[in-house]
Amino acid sequence: MKGKASSVAQPIAGADGNRVDLQHGRTPGNHENPMAGSAGWASRLPGHRGLARIACTMVQPLLTRTVRKIARNHTSLFARLGPYREADFLIDPVELPFALHLRPDPDNLTFCAVPRDAAPPVTATIQGPFMLLLQLIDADEDGDAAFFSRALTITGDTEAVVRLRNALDDVDGSIAEETAGLFGRPGQAILKRLRRSYHTENTGI
Amino acid sequence: MSLAELICPAGTPAALRTAVDAGADAVYCGVQDATNARNFPGLNFTVEELTEAVAYAHTHGTKVLLALNTYPPAGKVDLWRQAADTGARIGVDAFIVADMGVADYIARTHPQVRLHLSVQAAASSPEAIRYYCENFGVKRVVLPRILTIPEIREIRKEIPCEIETFIFGNHGLMVEGRCSLTNYLTGQSTNMDGVCSPASDVEYIRDEATGEMSSCLGGFTIDRFGPQEMAGYPTICKGRYTAPHRPEGYYAFEEPVSLNLSRLLPELIGAGVHAFKIEGRQRSKSYVRNVVRAFRQAVDDIRAGREANIADLVALTEGQKQTMGAFETKKWR
Amino acid sequence: MKLTLGPLAYHWNTEERRDFYARIADEAPVDEVYLGEVICSKRAPFFEREIPATMERLERAGKRVILSSLAEVMLKREREATAGLAEMDAPEIEINNAAGLYARQGRPHRIGPFMNAYNEATIAWMASQGATHICLPTELPAEAVAVAAQAARNLGLTVEMQVFGRASLAVSARCYHARSHGRTKDNCLFICEQDPDGMPLRTRDDKPILRINGIQTQSESYMDLLTESPRLGAMGVSHLRLMPQAVDMVGVARAFHDVISGVLDTAEAEDRLRGLCGATSFSNGFWYGTAGYRRIARAAEA
Repeated sequence: MKGKASSVAQPIAGADGNRVDLQHGRTPGNHENPMAGSAGWASRLPGHRGLARIACTMVQPLLTRTVRKIARNHTSLFARLGPYREADFLIDPVELPFALHLRPDPDNLTFCAVPRDAAPPVTATIQGPFMLLLQLIDADEDGDAAFFSRALTITGDTEAVVRLRNALDDVDGSIAEETAGLFGRPGQAILKRLRRSYHTENTGI
Repeated sequence: MSLAELICPAGTPAALRTAVDAGADAVYCGVQDATNARNFPGLNFTVEELTEAVAYAHTHGTKVLLALNTYPPAGKVDLWRQAADTGARIGVDAFIVADMGVADYIARTHPQVRLHLSVQAAASSPEAIRYYCENFGVKRVVLPRILTIPEIREIRKEIPCEIETFIFGNHGLMVEGRCSLTNYLTGQSTNMDGVCSPASDVEYIRDEATGEMSSCLGGFTIDRFGPQEMAGYPTICKGRYTAPHRPEGYYAFEEPVSLNLSRLLPELIGAGVHAFKIEGRQRSKSYVRNVVRAFRQAVDDIRAGREANIADLVALTEGQKQTMGAFETKKWR
Repeated sequence: MKLTLGPLAYHWNTEERRDFYARIADEAPVDEVYLGEVICSKRAPFFEREIPATMERLERAGKRVILSSLAEVMLKREREATAGLAEMDAPEIEINNAAGLYARQGRPHRIGPFMNAYNEATIAWMASQGATHICLPTELPAEAVAVAAQAARNLGLTVEMQVFGRASLAVSARCYHARSHGRTKDNCLFICEQDPDGMPLRTRDDKPILRINGIQTQSESYMDLLTESPRLGAMGVSHLRLMPQAVDMVGVARAFHDVISGVLDTAEAEDRLRGLCGATSFSNGFWYGTAGYRRIARAAEA
């Protein structure tokens, strides 16, 4: 990430011994974290430090269960990620009090809620409205179209994002439904309500 | 061969099943290497996936066309031959080729499999098309997106093969198969490596103060978008540049825009077009589902003698803008 | 190794063109000269009028003349021009579009750089159909050139590679020169004549990037494989192509000639070439399999 957002984060490559050599000599993680140290960003987005930490703690068990289940059911996803299995993604739903850190490494799967100001250095960041991100994961919405419309912002290693997108797009069925399914009827009801409110917000009907 | 076949993109097995379920007459896809022109990270099929995909498609009466539409650099031709051998063994219904060496190999080694001439071969005259038909037994040509409908009608009269035209998707500006723009900035070749603006060389840079976004390729700023401005693919031919008499910066080649010929389908059929191609192997299942469904409905309406009512697809277009390009008017040139 | 002068890509006016070829005839140490409009069929009538006289002039000076065909063939006039050229028995012709191959019906011809002769299989096919000489694609990297050139030589073909001038990066049906002036191809009024070395495009952060030449897009940099020329020869490349730019092309030809004839060492010749080309950057990235605009230093070659 270049631009005006100053960054104090160090590229992760080498720092944690997880350097991955890619065909073009690039390394996942050789981009600076667009969030860390960017005070301008953090202050515009919801989630003050204390609240964000509580929210993260509450949501974490859900995330852990979700991601383990998905990884078990969709092993081909990792093949499409290639060397980017060891990349770090920050999925940043703008209206939530926290962002999500994803490291889709099948041997050491990480999916955790992090306060924006405590986000680790990442390979790439995907930022947009929560329901849009959810729909992208479910291939309900076209990522390129969302990008063209500027609803979605991508920073960092573009190949990482493209691989993740293509990997997720090859998953049949709905990851959101699966996740909701983990929590039985209440889970599905919440998802339904979320979708309805998003639809109303965006279409007015 | 039925009238107005719908040829649909499949970048992954899930997209292929989506296209088949949405009513594709044929899907086109590629394997995971430089043998096809959408050699993008995380996209395309392993041999196992392709085998299953062909079985799925055939069960549903859908054909599978394998794109081998790049140009092997000297010393690497075997990769293309192996992909052709694999495709033939699995039972794909046609190969889409551009390179004469590859076409010659398939014509001699797998004469039972249909050959389609890729748009990457840039055959835009009856003579060029006949060259491939007579020498390699090409059964169908995918026409470059540079011809008007009257010109297509004239070509149809003079060639012995079927015509396929693009009807929706990315609107390539340059003559396909003759473009080294990406290689000039990135060192990866569209013709030899199957990439166009490879993601590994793309970077989006946001200016937090102004909300402007720059799209960069290989370190060159291809375009800059204001906070609310619609964006496009970070391809060189859709970028904004300055010229001595255009200091303000302008789209020197083309604006971010997608091709949409939904309104011209009856005329294209009238001109003798056999198959309609939807671009977008790099796009999502969502795109495939929506676009294929819309055109399936339209083609069925036309076949049944009804007026086609095309769903609005503008949200899926680049820059949220659509064009009929050269198909509508010579003024496009 | 022979030196050739490729077909003029730009729309120079009649006097400029006449003077240029007269000087090439009298002074440039090139063995072969390609003539003809390759880029835009609208410009072709201007050039065609002068071709017989230019040809005669060049041949009198001992140069072999080859006529090049259009790279893009779509319109009636383009199809007719291509067919007409293919009917000629002499001089030699260079074909740049499959429509030309069809019209030539297997009689001897040269394969131009727009024909995408990327590999040994395609070269073998083309040789079986009457090709006697192959100009390899500009973007082909060294290791592929080595294999392609060897294959072509084994089939008895001579092999050419562009070593100087802007690289052709793309052609289109749309005229970008006309577009930049708010016109279309059909009412272009030959605005491209204003830019004898192409119209420069810069990025919005003011970095030079490309050149527009009618329907063609070219590299901003001049490709320069002077230093690599001896290696090209060792690989089996028999002809080195210099593309006409709006610089002292006689000087350019002399620099290359002096290197391949062993009169001048490459460093000295590079300096001379540099001095002839003003501020234009040089590149050799394609040859080294990296971004085409890059200039890889000689030290990296080993």
